[in-house]
Amino acid sequence: MSAVHTPIEALVTVDNIHTYYGKSHILHGVSLYVGAGEVVGLLGRNGVGKSTTLKTVMGLARSSQGQVLLAGRSITGLPAHTLARLGIAYVPEDRRIFRFLTVMENLRTGLDRHGVTAARKRELLDKVFTYFPVLAERRGQPGGTLSGGEQQMLAIARAMMLEPRIILLDEPTEGLMPRMVSQIGQIIGALHRDGVAILLVEQNVPLTLEASERIYIMEKGMVRHHCAASDLKVNDAVIHQYLGV
Amino acid sequence: MAAILEIFAAIPYDQILVQTVNGIVTGMILALVASGLTLIFGIMDVVNFAHGELFMLGAYMGVVVLATTGSFWLALLLATLVIALLGAALQIVTLRPLLGRDPLTTILATFGISLVLQNYALWQFGPVARKIQEPLTGGFQLFYLEYPWYRLMIAGLSAVIIGAFWLFLKYGTWGIWIRATTQDRVMAQAMGIPVPRVHTAVFAIGAGMAAASGVLFGPLVGVNHAMGLDWVLKAFIVVVVGGMGNLGGSIAAAIFISLLEAYASIWVSPAQAVIVSFAVLILTLLIRPTGLFVPTPK
Amino acid sequence: MKKRSRRAYWIGFGIILALLAMAPLVLPEFWRRFLTEILIWGLLAMSSDILIGYTGMISFGHSAFFGLGMYGAAAALLTVNPPNLWLAIGYGLIGAAGVALFVAYFSTRLRDIYFAITTLIFSQIFYVIIFTWTEVTGGENGLTFRRPPLSIPWIYSTPFTNETLHWFVLAVVTASYLILRRITQSPFGMVLQSIRENEGRTRAIGYPVERYKIVAVMLSGVFAGLAGVLYAIQNRFAAPDFVYFLVSGETVIFNVMGGIGTLVGPFVGAGFFLLLREAFSRFFTEYYLIPVGIVFIAMVIFMPQGLVGFGRSWLNR
Repeated sequence: MSAVHTPIEALVTVDNIHTYYGKSHILHGVSLYVGAGEVVGLLGRNGVGKSTTLKTVMGLARSSQGQVLLAGRSITGLPAHTLARLGIAYVPEDRRIFRFLTVMENLRTGLDRHGVTAARKRELLDKVFTYFPVLAERRGQPGGTLSGGEQQMLAIARAMMLEPRIILLDEPTEGLMPRMVSQIGQIIGALHRDGVAILLVEQNVPLTLEASERIYIMEKGMVRHHCAASDLKVNDAVIHQYLGV
Repeated sequence: MAAILEIFAAIPYDQILVQTVNGIVTGMILALVASGLTLIFGIMDVVNFAHGELFMLGAYMGVVVLATTGSFWLALLLATLVIALLGAALQIVTLRPLLGRDPLTTILATFGISLVLQNYALWQFGPVARKIQEPLTGGFQLFYLEYPWYRLMIAGLSAVIIGAFWLFLKYGTWGIWIRATTQDRVMAQAMGIPVPRVHTAVFAIGAGMAAASGVLFGPLVGVNHAMGLDWVLKAFIVVVVGGMGNLGGSIAAAIFISLLEAYASIWVSPAQAVIVSFAVLILTLLIRPTGLFVPTPK
Repeated sequence: MKKRSRRAYWIGFGIILALLAMAPLVLPEFWRRFLTEILIWGLLAMSSDILIGYTGMISFGHSAFFGLGMYGAAAALLTVNPPNLWLAIGYGLIGAAGVALFVAYFSTRLRDIYFAITTLIFSQIFYVIIFTWTEVTGGENGLTFRRPPLSIPWIYSTPFTNETLHWFVLAVVTASYLILRRITQSPFGMVLQSIRENEGRTRAIGYPVERYKIVAVMLSGVFAGLAGVLYAIQNRFAAPDFVYFLVSGETVIFNVMGGIGTLVGPFVGAGFFLLLREAFSRFFTEYYLIPVGIVFIAMVIFMPQGLVGFGRSWLNR
């Protein structure tokens, strides 16, 4: 195992959460943690509950049991907008940018916050436009007119506007061309260098192993395997067992 | 040939033009009332049955302030602010607890509110209609009658208010928040937008706009406790025809329907001219249920 | 239903029925009439429950069905001499059915809120028509007519007394309740409830949802019209006030207060509301609707399952 981030010191701790959608019991006691500045990967087949785990952390799904901690403080049951203000950003699976708002307005949904000076706002915008020059070009265009890859960039850029301590990334490379996939990998790296923690849910195993320090593998609503990323290789038996790749 | 000329000659052009102006005037007020309604529905799926009562209470507030201060403008301002606050209070107390429940419950709750508000007005002000004095008297010669300046002023003011609101939506931070929440409530929350507060704000704004309409409309008719009912019905028709949640659509629909009704009243009594709006509604439901003025069918 | 609870149900039903039947013999006229009205409004609300409680469609248009039933009966009693009870019922039901067909046509095209608003507007359309078509409907003043005699065709005819009228209403209402109960518990009723739970899924399974909805609306409309006929016979007048959407609103209030989807709830709701109104009007004179309205709002928030629903969960504790 790599650097010592015990659950007590972790930035985000998920402790034995059970989440239901109506009567369906999706998460059967999921526990994991992400240390400050760490990139942690969450792998698993479709439907095992990876997205639901992220949603529960974000307060978009209610857990009936267990708790979620942010820097040791319980945030279970807090509404999503409070969590966003506390430093958790969410980039959902289908991007969900505001299609009828312009690129700039999309960014402003995260930028227009209490206590952010105009200078800081300009800094953040500059940073994001450096990472994603295409967004600068299209800043006045409605979000819905962007291509899939551009929307993904906008979704990540928007999350960055919150100056989060951790970003919950749900399948960022889904439906993207290979060139964009590697771009996403670079962006994750850049965010990591900036000290932002990332909980990365992905189907793309190589990318995840490359980007993450630790890996959790889920199956049927529970965490089944947990190790350092370096302990896993792409054609590892473990990967085969849980992901069938 | 002569028959066609005869028909043309028989068309009451002057009446039509007068009614065009009337239609636009009423249409603008209706647009103001309907905007609030459609916004409230668009952002939180609430069918606000009490909207007509907020209109009515706005008018009454106008009466009261006018009586105490003598200033129409102060009446307009205070009525808008006070009723906006009332709207916020109502939303927090009765609608927030219902968030996430069956939309049926919000319809019922707002219906209950409308009952209470209506009877409150009856209790406080009695059944006799009150009058608001228009701030601007006199008129200009429009064909066969002296057309009151005040009516044009109403149209102008309504346009100004709607315009200001549109600008606010387009550029202000809260405007962005409102638009984002309307499009995707969940994601708006995930971006840190305080959605419950945005809901309250929108309800308050809608209430304020309804109240302003009430004060503006007051001088045209008597202010009484039942005046909200007709308006809320018409406003609902406008909202459905314009496309629920579609601000531009409601404005266009409001003017469209008011014009048609105004024209109809050349030939039939006003009570029957109302049927026009019903007919438009039925046509809309048959042809394009999502709204006649919605640019692309959803 | 389990055997024992079914027996308990019918025993309870029998007791209540007996109490209601005895009412005119023991109650003063004012309360007797009050009770008869509860039955009639309860019937109206029960018809509305078919849509709200079982099919999941809120309708604010019941005042139209009710009103057409009323005016239909009026038409029969004014145009045909001697006034015939069954003809009045027939005309009323046909009138209501006609309106129901009209509404039903639109109902299949609209979902939820659009449907609710549209029914509201339709009831207003009928109100305006009735209000302004003075030659036929008597306009603002409505129509007055004589009460027809209670008659078994060709065999027997006697004018209604207060008691027999009450029993007639009770009989009609009870029969309606039993019929509707049978229907809601039948496979048809099950499909309706499935539509309420999840319309998309019901359609996906293969049910012609539109057709079920149309039947539900017609069913609801016909029984609402029946209530209108009874009201006309009881009070001997028809007025446009009853077609105004506020009547629809009150109907929905009865449903919610009593408990939607219970069939009995509407009667409890109607009784509760009318009693509240009676009680508050003694203290608050004209503005009793304010506290009644507040109670209603509170019930929507805190007791959405209505009195019957609340009672059931309390009994199950």
